[in-house]
Amino acid sequence: MSALSERPAEPVVGRAVPHESAALHVTGQALYTDDLVGRTKDVLHAWPRQVMHAHARVTALRTEPAYAVPGVVRVLTAADVPGVNDAGVKHDEPLFPDEVMFYGHAVCWVLGETLEAARLGAEAIEVEVEPLPALVTVREAIAAGSFQGGQPHLERGDVEAGLAGAAHVFSGELEFAGQEHFYLETHCSLAHVDENGQVFVQSSTQHPSETQEIVAHVLGLTNSEVTVQCLRMGGGFGGKEMQPHGFAAIAALGATLTGRPVRLRLNRSQDMTMSGKRHGFHARWRVGFDESGCLQALDATLTSDGGWSLDLSEPVLARALCHVDNAYWIPNVRVNGRIAKTNKTSQTAFRGFGGPQGMLVIEDILGRCAPLLGVDAAELRRRNFYTAGGTTPYGQPVRHPERLATIWQKVLDASDFAARTSEIEAYNATHPHTKRGLAVTPVKFGISFNLTAFNQGGALVHVYKDGSVLINHGGTEMGQGLHTKMLQVAATTLGVPLHRVRLAPTRTDKVPNTSATAASSGADLNGAAVKNACEQIRGRLAQVAAERLGISPADVRFADGAVHGIAFASDRLAWEEVVKAAYFQRVQLWAAGFYRTEGLHWDSSRMRGEPFKYFAYGAAAAEVEVDGFTGAYRTRRVDIVHDVGDSLSPLVDLGQIEGGFVQGAGWLTLEDLRWEEREGPHHGRLATQAASTYKLPSFSEMPEVFNVTLLPNATEEGAVYGSKAVGEPPLMLAFSVREAIRQAAAAFGPPGLSVDLASPATPEAVYWAIEQARRSTEHGHVDEGAPGVLPDQPAADAPPMVPFSERVQRMMTRT
Amino acid sequence: MQSPAVTVNGRSLPLDGTAPSTTALDWLRAQGLVGCKEGCAEGECGACSVLVARPGRTTPTQWTALNACLVPIAAFAGQELVTAEGLGTPDALHPVQREMAERGGSQCGYCTPGFVCSMAAEYYRADRAPAAASDGHPGGGPDHLHGPNGFDLHALSGNLCRCTGYRPIRDAAFALGAPDDDDRLAARRSQPPPPAPATRVAADGAEFVRPAGLADALTLLADRPEALLAAGCTDWGVEVNLRGQRAPLVVAIDQLPELRGFDVTASAVEIGASLSLSEIEERLAGRLPLLDQVFPQFASRLIRNGATIGGNLGTGSPIGDTTPALLALEATVVLASVDGEREVPLADYFTGYRRSVRRADELIRAVRIPLPAAGLAAFHKVAKRRFDDISSVAVAFALDVRDGVVRRARIGLGGVAATPVRARATEDALTDQRWDADTVDRAAAVLATEGTPLDDHRSSAAYRSAMLGQALHRLFAENPTPQEVGA
Repeated sequence: MSALSERPAEPVVGRAVPHESAALHVTGQALYTDDLVGRTKDVLHAWPRQVMHAHARVTALRTEPAYAVPGVVRVLTAADVPGVNDAGVKHDEPLFPDEVMFYGHAVCWVLGETLEAARLGAEAIEVEVEPLPALVTVREAIAAGSFQGGQPHLERGDVEAGLAGAAHVFSGELEFAGQEHFYLETHCSLAHVDENGQVFVQSSTQHPSETQEIVAHVLGLTNSEVTVQCLRMGGGFGGKEMQPHGFAAIAALGATLTGRPVRLRLNRSQDMTMSGKRHGFHARWRVGFDESGCLQALDATLTSDGGWSLDLSEPVLARALCHVDNAYWIPNVRVNGRIAKTNKTSQTAFRGFGGPQGMLVIEDILGRCAPLLGVDAAELRRRNFYTAGGTTPYGQPVRHPERLATIWQKVLDASDFAARTSEIEAYNATHPHTKRGLAVTPVKFGISFNLTAFNQGGALVHVYKDGSVLINHGGTEMGQGLHTKMLQVAATTLGVPLHRVRLAPTRTDKVPNTSATAASSGADLNGAAVKNACEQIRGRLAQVAAERLGISPADVRFADGAVHGIAFASDRLAWEEVVKAAYFQRVQLWAAGFYRTEGLHWDSSRMRGEPFKYFAYGAAAAEVEVDGFTGAYRTRRVDIVHDVGDSLSPLVDLGQIEGGFVQGAGWLTLEDLRWEEREGPHHGRLATQAASTYKLPSFSEMPEVFNVTLLPNATEEGAVYGSKAVGEPPLMLAFSVREAIRQAAAAFGPPGLSVDLASPATPEAVYWAIEQARRSTEHGHVDEGAPGVLPDQPAADAPPMVPFSERVQRMMTRT
Repeated sequence: MQSPAVTVNGRSLPLDGTAPSTTALDWLRAQGLVGCKEGCAEGECGACSVLVARPGRTTPTQWTALNACLVPIAAFAGQELVTAEGLGTPDALHPVQREMAERGGSQCGYCTPGFVCSMAAEYYRADRAPAAASDGHPGGGPDHLHGPNGFDLHALSGNLCRCTGYRPIRDAAFALGAPDDDDRLAARRSQPPPPAPATRVAADGAEFVRPAGLADALTLLADRPEALLAAGCTDWGVEVNLRGQRAPLVVAIDQLPELRGFDVTASAVEIGASLSLSEIEERLAGRLPLLDQVFPQFASRLIRNGATIGGNLGTGSPIGDTTPALLALEATVVLASVDGEREVPLADYFTGYRRSVRRADELIRAVRIPLPAAGLAAFHKVAKRRFDDISSVAVAFALDVRDGVVRRARIGLGGVAATPVRARATEDALTDQRWDADTVDRAAAVLATEGTPLDDHRSSAAYRSAMLGQALHRLFAENPTPQEVGA
């Protein structure tokens, strides 16, 4: 067992404790960025001037009328930017654009004494535009050849030979929607200028260091002149990884120009119309199976809908390609990717980061092909699992594939799968108007940032003279329980009770150069860094205690607030006593911790390497009931077995699994981003831009019976205290719901029918799937044999995939 | 009039200088009560839920949860509010807060204060009683939406959580006991809520006025045709927040005693226009099975606690869910002005998209529904989400079937035209026909052609039409031999 994964006796990690802020949450005392406004004097409020064209050139911008509105203090335009007029690092997303790239793009911002004044001021601004042709759908972009960024190409084996030798070849198409994050707290920043020009920005951001960098480059300052703090977020889900930067920069620019604090908080419709979402994708695929249903070859082209700027589209696409295998061994693979450039919001990170999109392609293929192969869908999936010695299409060995088989069997047992399958057959035979479906799907999800450099974490741990402990680390809290886990890690490493450790909010002047709290890596990276800092302090305290106990420092143990020797009969010192002694001996009682994930390498241009430290596994069995009159459905029961390693915090992990599952089910079955695709004055408008039209799962979508089990004895050697990341992987357990709906819809028709199901599978989409099943004895739109649907192959001049971050990394390591 | 003030968590806070359009949410946050959160500003997410002392049926006061984002704070003048901060503190958690905290009911915590308030309202519901024995439902209650403690999860249907997936929140709700004897909010229920005083709040040329009675209200309407009538503000609040609408004069009529009557005679039920949908649901107590089917599907408990039946008709929205049902029930609208009253059949009330025959100087005083109601009644709502969604299509049926023949058919439709409409061609196709599969097939084909459905973000026109036809098929499948109780 590695030192990193080894747990001491009776560790604080592994205990089911509530969220560290739970008592503050429930009493309304927990503070979020916008809650600070009332505590801040003389705040100005910012409001955007959005232009309602999908694509247009700004020919005139007259701000004078805004100043005639009482209470308007300042209008911010491109001319005010002292540094770089860009909200990102790729120079493709101007903060104050002169070309409107999507319906609702903000061209300038108004600061007012009140929000009302700023709003009226923004309305008063006169904008003249020259409308330009717009591309709104991914299909339009494909037809027009409108792409951006690199076009990754992932290949192993010989796809053509694999297809030629396959007993069954199928091909088809799938287009599926993105997803709005709908964090309950919208984007918010509050900026002011401290003494000597030091800019301080409170921001709801998953990536304070990058927010700091963007604020600095917009203001023309060094990073050291800007501090960013994030108290906590009211949800992030990836939507606050890159998107907050521009908003923070606007607030900071306003604060530097007016000398007053500036608050920028988007309301819901602004947030939904201006900020990026999960990428929708289009896919064309060909697949070959042998006689027994084992995958022989997959040829696919995935086109993501990137929206107007590149944002995180390249790494999202890379992860999609790296997850098109999900849990399945495919000997011959060719997957091409490209990013459509459309006149929509700039699509961005969202829990799973392309992984769900890649996996949806293969799960849809299996769900549609199983009836054509005459193989039960659950059996088809199991038959194709990775086994010992398997490697992914990008060349990474699949470690612990036996966990997949174990989890699969456990979930079949826990859900009583076989018996319920028979019950459902009997139910369906006697119920003409409602049908049930039961499906089981697996998850294999790679953990680590694809880009190796991001896999580092930092922490700062202080032990004060009274023995109390204050920790700070580079990760942000968005509800995922990271801070809870970090407190447990620190208490475990220092051997003190949990209540002795406090945690201070994330800020860039405590721990610098942090990575985004993203890729499910928060606990892995920051936990190891916290542990490292605590170990440094513990090592120094062991010297002090060893002298007092008259033993070797190697034999000193720290547990539950006491310090003692390894022997049963050892004297025991109080933690506080050792700390006090150390102080008087002039021993350093604080430490900076650091961690870098070992053994990773990745080359995007070749799409080869070992980008992931390990894989997280899970499986879910879901039962749904579908109403034949309307297509409405409910989820009757869900059983999940999921691998979180040895859990750092079981209550937190359970919450991540359940919440991720329901969010995934929302993406696949309910949440419906509708953009106005018809030409006209509203072309490109997001039609579902409010909670009243964009429906998230509510209580009615909660599985009526919901059983979640953590895989026992699952120590992960390479991670802090044997745990595994949990933020993203459970989202993809929701494929089970989609496949169960497909099966229930198919049950309205003759046996063995392949049914197409749109995504999201809204009641309307399910109704049309039922109609397909009811009306015909024909399968859905899967072609059999050659040539079928041919995935587009990249053009000769397709740019290689070298994400910006990777280019910088290469440049740096060369010099 | 005394200087207006609102009692929040036991403290009286003055409204001096408050703009008439300031929402309760923004005002509470400005008072430092930042536990009240804005998630959507349109009454969909419940992050701003607060408790209001309102008249109850089983106790003089009932703690009623409302969306603070929709209602101007001026409407709460003289009223008592409780926020999450007023329920408990981190050192002395309220039972609802303790269950939520300990069971993992909060993750990011942003929706949590609102959930706590909605849950507390149900916790204090005086007729919440432990349910009969469970038949194996996970929460131990009679079905998956009711706890063994009588907790009705519909109380939380207007609260959205993006983190937890709801299971721990359900478990927290189902674990709640009864309030302790010394619980001050439980004790408060035994005294009536404060009467809503006449109120005037004015600033920057805009006014909020709560008249003392109907006569004052009608005079004001006659004098000030620009007046905007507000009751539960569940529609107007959205206009204010999302579309920047402002009115020079808002007249609050939700507490006028003359608009809060409820009378049942042999020939009709008269429902006061300013009764909330929750209040109507309680008072009808099953007398109109069609409306019983509507209420649980109408928005959320938070909205039903504020929204009034008069307001639902007054906005003239083509997708309000009560209207199709009231059309099928052949309701009439009682309009009042200084000149007296007139009664208009609801079928003649709407004249266009959000337009009606109501004059600017009139208000809806009551809705009358003739009795006895038809024997076969059903409300079919088709939407993306089962709880708290806006209908793509709503179909209300009221049929009298005697001796296997449809004697009378009334069908109201929502979502398929600029106004709610009667499906008259389908009614004709059913009337005097045998209630059998052939009739239903023929009539369903007619029903599928009623209205002029559109393609929009809720659904396609083709789906809407299909759903009209399917509604009749479903009605027949579920009632092949209806109980023949018609007049």
